[in-house]
Amino acid sequence: MRSTAKSFKINSRRAIADPKLQDALGRLSAGFPARRAAALDRLPEFDELREKARRIKDHTLENLDFYLERFEAKVREAGGRVHWAGDGAAAREIILDICLAAGARTVTKGKSMIAEEIALNEHLQRNGVRPVETDLGEYILQLMDEPPSHIIAPAIHLSKAQIIEVFRQKHKNLDPARPLDEPRRILDEARTLLRRDFLTADVGITGANLLIAETGSVCVVTNEGNGDLTMTLPRVHVVIASIEKTVPTLEDATTILRLLARSATGQDMSVYTTFATGPKRSPDSDGPEEFHVVLLDNHRTEMLGGPYNAMLRCIRCAACLNHCPVYKAIGGHAYGWVYPGPMGAVLTPHLLGPGRADDLPDASTLCGKCVEVCPVAIPLPDLLRRRRKDRFEAGRGSRIGRFAIKTWVMAARMPVLYRMLTGLAAVLLRYLSGGRGYISRLPLGGGWTGVRDFPAPQQGRTFMKQLKSGGK
Amino acid sequence: MTAAREQMLEKIRASLGRGRLTVERAAELEAGLSRPGPGTVPARGRPAAKDLIDTFRKEAERVDATVDVIENMTEIPSAIKSFLDSNELPPFLKIAPEPRLQAVPWSKEPGLEAAFGPAQAEDSAALGRAFAGVAETGTLVMASGPGSPQAMNFLAETHIVALWAGDIAGAYEDAWARLRKSDKGGIGGQFMPRAVTWITGPSRTADIEQKLLLGAHGPRRLHILIILSGR
Repeated sequence: MRSTAKSFKINSRRAIADPKLQDALGRLSAGFPARRAAALDRLPEFDELREKARRIKDHTLENLDFYLERFEAKVREAGGRVHWAGDGAAAREIILDICLAAGARTVTKGKSMIAEEIALNEHLQRNGVRPVETDLGEYILQLMDEPPSHIIAPAIHLSKAQIIEVFRQKHKNLDPARPLDEPRRILDEARTLLRRDFLTADVGITGANLLIAETGSVCVVTNEGNGDLTMTLPRVHVVIASIEKTVPTLEDATTILRLLARSATGQDMSVYTTFATGPKRSPDSDGPEEFHVVLLDNHRTEMLGGPYNAMLRCIRCAACLNHCPVYKAIGGHAYGWVYPGPMGAVLTPHLLGPGRADDLPDASTLCGKCVEVCPVAIPLPDLLRRRRKDRFEAGRGSRIGRFAIKTWVMAARMPVLYRMLTGLAAVLLRYLSGGRGYISRLPLGGGWTGVRDFPAPQQGRTFMKQLKSGGK
Repeated sequence: MTAAREQMLEKIRASLGRGRLTVERAAELEAGLSRPGPGTVPARGRPAAKDLIDTFRKEAERVDATVDVIENMTEIPSAIKSFLDSNELPPFLKIAPEPRLQAVPWSKEPGLEAAFGPAQAEDSAALGRAFAGVAETGTLVMASGPGSPQAMNFLAETHIVALWAGDIAGAYEDAWARLRKSDKGGIGGQFMPRAVTWITGPSRTADIEQKLLLGAHGPRRLHILIILSGR
């Protein structure tokens, strides 16, 4: 997927001015957080589970080499193959080779953010293999030739009318006068068309929610059942997963699964949670004859053991997106790449490299809601601050911003000067407010006052002065 | 290929600031895998034995499954026929070739056209047997194998599952423990069947304007028959 993360500010402005997108984001804000809250109300043990999940992930990461080798050995024992891919290009080649060796013309795909990350579809297409997205949201986006805007609800930014329009436009063999006004009809049309692909595909490609070292199992979670049809019907099943998806045991996987759906959609458990272990066994009547797992690094090992290690705990539930005031205002596309929201603002700058997503760490008010709802307690605001610090230390970022920070640092090191300047500012701001308590236009502060009033300091005194006088 | 493998493992060790794990440490971790911790089982997953069936039923109904409780397996054919009739569904049934389901007196219900699987794309209703039920969330545990083709859980619009009451557990962990003791793997050193699927309600999507619709790619209806006696 091509990144537009560099033009984050322009993207955001456009997003805020897009009424259709704003409608969709309104629906999201009304839906996911309330459903998550209701699910948690029914699970008093949530915090205990969250602490346990955090420990499971940290333990696995500390011993990741052991668990990956153990996972590989078990997959082999079950008759499957494990492939190691250092980066996206390597993973794309491995998967294409498997498809070509299988003589594949059509491959069905379950929803996979990793496949988006490595731009798998484009690569398959260029080489004569037709990928068919089977998750309804992803299928719609494939028709529209758009990237997902949310990691669990990829088409959340679209309206029903937009979906109907693209169905009419792309499903050319169907009666143009057919009624499609009801969501049910849209779904049934997609279901019927995709059934054909499920039954004829040569290869099925899915992501993985978890890799289980104990048994060599791959765990895939879906609500639609598309993941299972993708894994069961074609002759070859390929799993693409990043290395940090590993957990030691089935019990560990279970702990994480208790948190995943509740944090994501507010369901207690997703509809289908499948643990697939190797290819079809001899007495079985169905299942793939070949089972491949592609383990992807793509910069994960660089995060391991360092300041961003906690980010590798992420289970991709999207709770941080659903609760983020910035995501809810601009949606996923503005972030410019695969991973939006707070988790994306931490991850994307790392995966794309320095200078390619520098504005993303600023896409946060640091309100802390993301860490509050994170089921594996990733300190997202701290990591976002850390990204800003990295950027400053590397000498990147806007010149005005850097100048402002340097000036502030200089003043802050001289308490007398600092007190004098802030005292002056407080008086000035009070004067500008004209006694109304707020300022609607501020010189050099248009970025703030363009959209909201700036509160004026009470009685023209600094915070420190107010504190000293006991708040009087 | 092997080069990539070694490189990735080396990078992991370098980032963690250590070499290969010592033999002792690896043995410790290996031992941890063979005796998995108990997990944190929510109170909801530990109902009193007498409440297991009720909890399972309540939770399954919450996620839009329908549940019918019958006394013994001879009632399965008539229970299925009346379920299909009341939903105005055709009287066709594809049955998983599982020993218990094969022993059901299907001829007792002549109105029901029953045939044994595997599943075909055109099947309208399919019947399988659950390896276990999990009361915590009303979840069915399906274990694939010759008597439980995996595609049968997904292809038909109506999925009916026979669940013997004795197979209902409180929590997922109980089902894992039972599976570890079973012979479901069918190959040496592996207790896991090719596919274990937890099913919690019928297939669904909310991808169109967040409106919930049942029957996305999998079954539109999930009907669970709890059989009280036998196992």
